[in-house]
Amino acid sequence: MIDTLDKPVTLGNALPATKNEKKLKRMLIICSKGKLEDVYAALVLANGALMEGLEAKMFFTFFGLEAITKKKADHLHTATVGNPAFMPGMPTMVAGLPGFEAFASYMMMKEMDKLDIPHVTEFLQMIEAGGGEIFACKLAADMFHLKKEDFLPEVKDIITVGDMYALADGEGTQIIFI
Amino acid sequence: MLNPIYMETVVKQLPVNAEGYLLDATLWTPEWANEVARSYGITLTDKHFDVLNWLRKKQAEGVALTIRKVGASGIVDIKQFYELFPGGPLKVSSKIAGIPKPVSCI
Repeated sequence: MIDTLDKPVTLGNALPATKNEKKLKRMLIICSKGKLEDVYAALVLANGALMEGLEAKMFFTFFGLEAITKKKADHLHTATVGNPAFMPGMPTMVAGLPGFEAFASYMMMKEMDKLDIPHVTEFLQMIEAGGGEIFACKLAADMFHLKKEDFLPEVKDIITVGDMYALADGEGTQIIFI
Repeated sequence: MLNPIYMETVVKQLPVNAEGYLLDATLWTPEWANEVARSYGITLTDKHFDVLNWLRKKQAEGVALTIRKVGASGIVDIKQFYELFPGGPLKVSSKIAGIPKPVSCI
């Protein structure tokens, strides 16, 4: 407060919070799922953190790795079976018909295009451009036989769980697991 | 929230909302922008003003502003935008540009 005493009281509201006042500094978003909606949740959270002036780190593991592989990133699907919130009343048998999931995912992408939501690869580029860092899980990458060259160029490194925790080191970090 | 409070600047006092966003975009002056930018530790250059003018123009046209749209503006790319306005580029630049706080999530 001392540094504001020499200024008019009303000015305080117009000024940004000083760094000391801001407790939240860094977000670590762990994405372990490869469904369209889960990946987008992770991307929106990471990008949103950057937009608020926070640091953002992303750690993709298990099926989440699909979101950062060159082949699959822009071809993620939403689950039509085992997802009660998806078209309630739709019989599971119908939702499981061949091509249904691809069609539903296509429709979902179309709706997102209308809202000007970028595709996964562009979203990752935006996050990198904003200073965010994107990592892949070593154990999962080994399991799925994925190498550095299989991942998008925005992926900074393939790291262990210990390295991932090091990313979250420091005061004011929050971890979100998806 | 909307009770106008007055921002103390050496240039001119302009009504802003509780978060410091200018209540009337038409009152905006470059001098005022300089003053607000200084409170963020930013010294405005011509490049900054190119972005600010673009934001003001688009906002006047009723476009919902997003970082992605700024990146596609042809004036700056997203990386440069973050560099020009550190600490939350769209919010900070909107405040300096004298336009309302952006409501976009992307």
